[in-house]
Amino acid sequence: MSNTIIEIKDLKRDFQVGEETVHALRGVSFSVQEGEFVTIMGTSGSGKSTLLNLLGCLDTPTDGEYFLDRKPVAKMSKNERAIYRNRKIGFVFQSYNLLPKTTALENVELPLLYNSEYSAAQRKEKAKKALIDVSLEDRMLHKSQQMSGGQQQRVAIARALVNDPVMILADEATGNLDSRTSYEILTLMQELHSKGRTIIFVTHNPEISEFSSRNIVLRDGRIIEDKLNENIKSAKQMLDSLPKED
Amino acid sequence: MNLNNLISIALRALMNNKMRGFLTMLGIIIGVSSVIIMLAIGEGSKQSITGEISDMGSNMIMIQPNFNREGVSKGSSAMESLKIKDYKDIEMECQYLSGVSPYVTASGQLIYGSNNHPIRVEGGNEDYLDIRKYKIQDGVGFSESDIKNSAKVCIVGKTVVEKLFTNGEDPIGKIIRYNSIPFQIIGVLKSKGSSTFGQDQDDVLLAPYTTVQKRIVAIDHLHAIFASSLSEEYSTRAMNEITDVLKRNHKSEEGKEPDFYVESQEQILDQIKTITTFITTLLGSIAGISLLVGGIGIMNIMYVSVTERTKEIGLRMSVGARGRDILAQFLVEAIILSITGGLIGILFGSGVSFIIRLASGWAVTVSTFSVLLSFAVCTITGIFFGWYPAKKAANLDPIEAIRYE
Ligand SMILES: Nc1ncnc2c1ncn2[C@@H]1O[C@H](COP(=O)(O)OP(=O)(O)OP(=O)(O)O)[C@@H](O)[C@H]1O
Ligand SMILES: [Mg+2]
Repeated sequence: MSNTIIEIKDLKRDFQVGEETVHALRGVSFSVQEGEFVTIMGTSGSGKSTLLNLLGCLDTPTDGEYFLDRKPVAKMSKNERAIYRNRKIGFVFQSYNLLPKTTALENVELPLLYNSEYSAAQRKEKAKKALIDVSLEDRMLHKSQQMSGGQQQRVAIARALVNDPVMILADEATGNLDSRTSYEILTLMQELHSKGRTIIFVTHNPEISEFSSRNIVLRDGRIIEDKLNENIKSAKQMLDSLPKED
Repeated sequence: MNLNNLISIALRALMNNKMRGFLTMLGIIIGVSSVIIMLAIGEGSKQSITGEISDMGSNMIMIQPNFNREGVSKGSSAMESLKIKDYKDIEMECQYLSGVSPYVTASGQLIYGSNNHPIRVEGGNEDYLDIRKYKIQDGVGFSESDIKNSAKVCIVGKTVVEKLFTNGEDPIGKIIRYNSIPFQIIGVLKSKGSSTFGQDQDDVLLAPYTTVQKRIVAIDHLHAIFASSLSEEYSTRAMNEITDVLKRNHKSEEGKEPDFYVESQEQILDQIKTITTFITTLLGSIAGISLLVGGIGIMNIMYVSVTERTKEIGLRMSVGARGRDILAQFLVEAIILSITGGLIGILFGSGVSFIIRLASGWAVTVSTFSVLLSFAVCTITGIFFGWYPAKKAANLDPIEAIRYE
């Protein structure tokens, strides 16, 4: 028996730009069961990031309902939402959003600083582990602006994973990575998926949808396709099949 | 969130923005130290000026010829209006006085061996030292017979001793020459140091007024008469008595300005107090302006960094910081900056005040009031302008804060 972790009903998000109203989401409904690996695709400007921000409790919808863990998000207090973001959700921004002038390690530690269950030593330990998972063990003490786009993206991924979230929301998390590193990240996602984590992965790349269990396509703020994938490819195999580089 | 995490978050944020932190602190340092210095100078000059004037004898009364009298030519007769008889009558008739002394003065050159020193000689009687609050350190004061006989004796101040007796001899009993008249030193005065206005109060030469009058200037009038009332509270009554005696002696006409005037040290003290209060107010206003400028500096820095910091707040909230975590962080940052800046400001301000004190000899004193006031103003400004933008940002949705321009 599966558990509905996300349920959205007729979700809308309008933006006011001067006189004009931009309808970024025009009524989106779907539910996600715990343990699903969903990719969301769509053309640029179709509303993917807008949707993901709403799912991550980072933004408030103009209209519609959102149930997270069966609880209506609209009724949650700001603090409750903050605790969800801190303990249950790992969010990777399309534009990374790392703290400037701050080392990779400190950036990754950040979510744990807002959780008093962790001691300073545990924090460091977990942050190091997360950075090793994204192959950044040799960049731990480098500051955000001293890293390449791909490296910053991986720091952002490590930060999203460090609090062992039950749900990972990633916006173009492999957008800046070469195919080898992309496969590494996808392997990591599939491992987490196999451990029962729920993953929602926004991407431009149709190839990536082959690694997920479900694919949703957006256009102009609406869902135009929602398909289960029976034949999930293994990212690990793809990685092993790539020629070794030195 | 526990306090340790809070402090480490705040410290990391401060370390990442050293320039901003430094500039904020600079505003606070300037504000605090200028208030402290300005008020210290104001208060110090007031204290030393008034202190010095009471040292000069706050119950002293001065009687001088009024040579600016309207309607009368400013000729020599006006300047010679005070006579020995006036002094004698005041001494005889006034009951509220503890002492009266004639005053005759002249300037000239002092010579001892190969050393010489220009000086103004003050001629008085045996009361003169008490009235002017001069104290004998070595030797003796003038005796009645010194005055009566126009004795060629003198009492000198420290500076005179230093200038003339360069090889450290004991000056008592030595003969020095004033304009080639030999004087025997019978006493040395206790040092008074320099005055607020930088005047050396030890550069004095005292002699019997009779000696100065007859042997030096050869006049029969007096330059002034100095008196002292029994105590400060009698000074008005004493002045009235003196005025009555002189009006009678000088046949002053009613309604016309007399050819003399009587002034008490207290009146001068009052005038000077008014001036020093004005100075303190002036310096206080300057300090207030510096405080304002410092405060605006703090505000500016806080506001300029709002965009950057709003993004930071959004980012922190996106990884789970609650509104109160953000506010606590910003408060701690602001408190660290304000208190460090405030303490540096207090140290710096007190240090400069101390240096001014050493350099000027003024009783420059740092008042608790100025410290508390400036510290409170700067800390409150710092904390408010650190807290207020954070409060606004923490109310936004994280994504709005991240997108803030
Ligand atoms: N803060 C905003 N203010 C105004 N309009 C916005 C804002 N955010 C998004 N939009 C508009 O909403 C629409 C959807 O934007 P969104 O960022 O969700 O697109 P996307 O699918 O993530 O695109 P991409 O693939 O390029 O990242 C766009 O037309 C965009 O212009
Ligand atoms: Mg996007």
